[in-house]
Amino acid sequence: MSSHVVPLKVYIGVFLALLFLTGLTTWVAFIDLGSFNTVVALAIATVKMLLVILFFMHVRSSSGLTRVVVAAGFFWLALLIAFTLSDELTRKWSPIPSSWGPGTSQSQPQ
Amino acid sequence: MADLVAHGVAHRDEHGSAGAHSQNLRHHFDNMSQQFEAGNLGMWVFLATEVLFFGGLFASYTVYRALYLPGFEIGSHLLDVRFGAANTAVLIGSSLSMALAIRAAQTGRRNAQVFLLVLTMILGAAFLGIKFSFEWRNDYLEHLIPGVNFLYRPEWGANAPHVQLFFCFYFIMTSLHAIHMIIGIGLLSVLTWMAARGRFSPDYYTPLEVSGLYWHFVDIVWIFLFPLLYLIGGRYGIGGGH
Repeated sequence: MSSHVVPLKVYIGVFLALLFLTGLTTWVAFIDLGSFNTVVALAIATVKMLLVILFFMHVRSSSGLTRVVVAAGFFWLALLIAFTLSDELTRKWSPIPSSWGPGTSQSQPQ
Repeated sequence: MADLVAHGVAHRDEHGSAGAHSQNLRHHFDNMSQQFEAGNLGMWVFLATEVLFFGGLFASYTVYRALYLPGFEIGSHLLDVRFGAANTAVLIGSSLSMALAIRAAQTGRRNAQVFLLVLTMILGAAFLGIKFSFEWRNDYLEHLIPGVNFLYRPEWGANAPHVQLFFCFYFIMTSLHAIHMIIGIGLLSVLTWMAARGRFSPDYYTPLEVSGLYWHFVDIVWIFLFPLLYLIGGRYGIGGGH
């Protein structure tokens, strides 16, 4: 088999790092950083994702071909979000559906 | 996926006699390493489609959050951050036990594989238990489920429709994630049965490895859902929870 056995303490270390980052992101959310709260939360989530992908999902020791496929998946996601936002944020063209408008206490879009 | 999990019974006899070959090697692969690589790559191609499957939701969430941030903040603050954080820890624990189950196969320890796979399923079920019986139950009692019993509150003012939109995203995203968890637990139950029968060895554990990739992917989705749903715009000035 191509993959080697990762030492136990690496897995435990990654696990503890993920728990620490979960606590950190929750703690930071209670501090007022303005719009940077979102930036910090997404940065921490990205670090956690990379830890899971590289160590738990063994991409650190996988082949170049697999890495390209992994990167392609997230590249497409980046395209999807970047082009959607570039369109959406440069013009206000999404009205609230009228049936969801304010004024009704019981909202049931039919 | 089913093809990878299902053992190639039909091919077992063809290779059983070939001394140099593992009985797990399908005839269309040169060697075990190539077969492992192909299975791994196929799973990652599937996961790339999963990234985009969830990505559509994340993209539309981002658009509406940018348009209606005040309503989304009100909605986010109605969620109990303690449940979200606890569930994140539970899922991370399940990812650890999944990774260790694969390690147990790599080192040829059958009982450890079975124990760790069962532990992974228990943690996955604990996640779903917290989500369904605490969080969603509270949401129902507080009339926060769109299409079921959602009620506008006077203090939301003109933001009320946007609060409801936030809860539409919350329930669709967490439901889709929960469905993936349930499928994952189903996969793990098959793997546990295979592991108990000694199907995996340091030489062959591809079904474990690719199912582990799926399980960790579902974990990653939650790693992003937690801050995006529970921690919008900061929780400062808000007590934890309801």
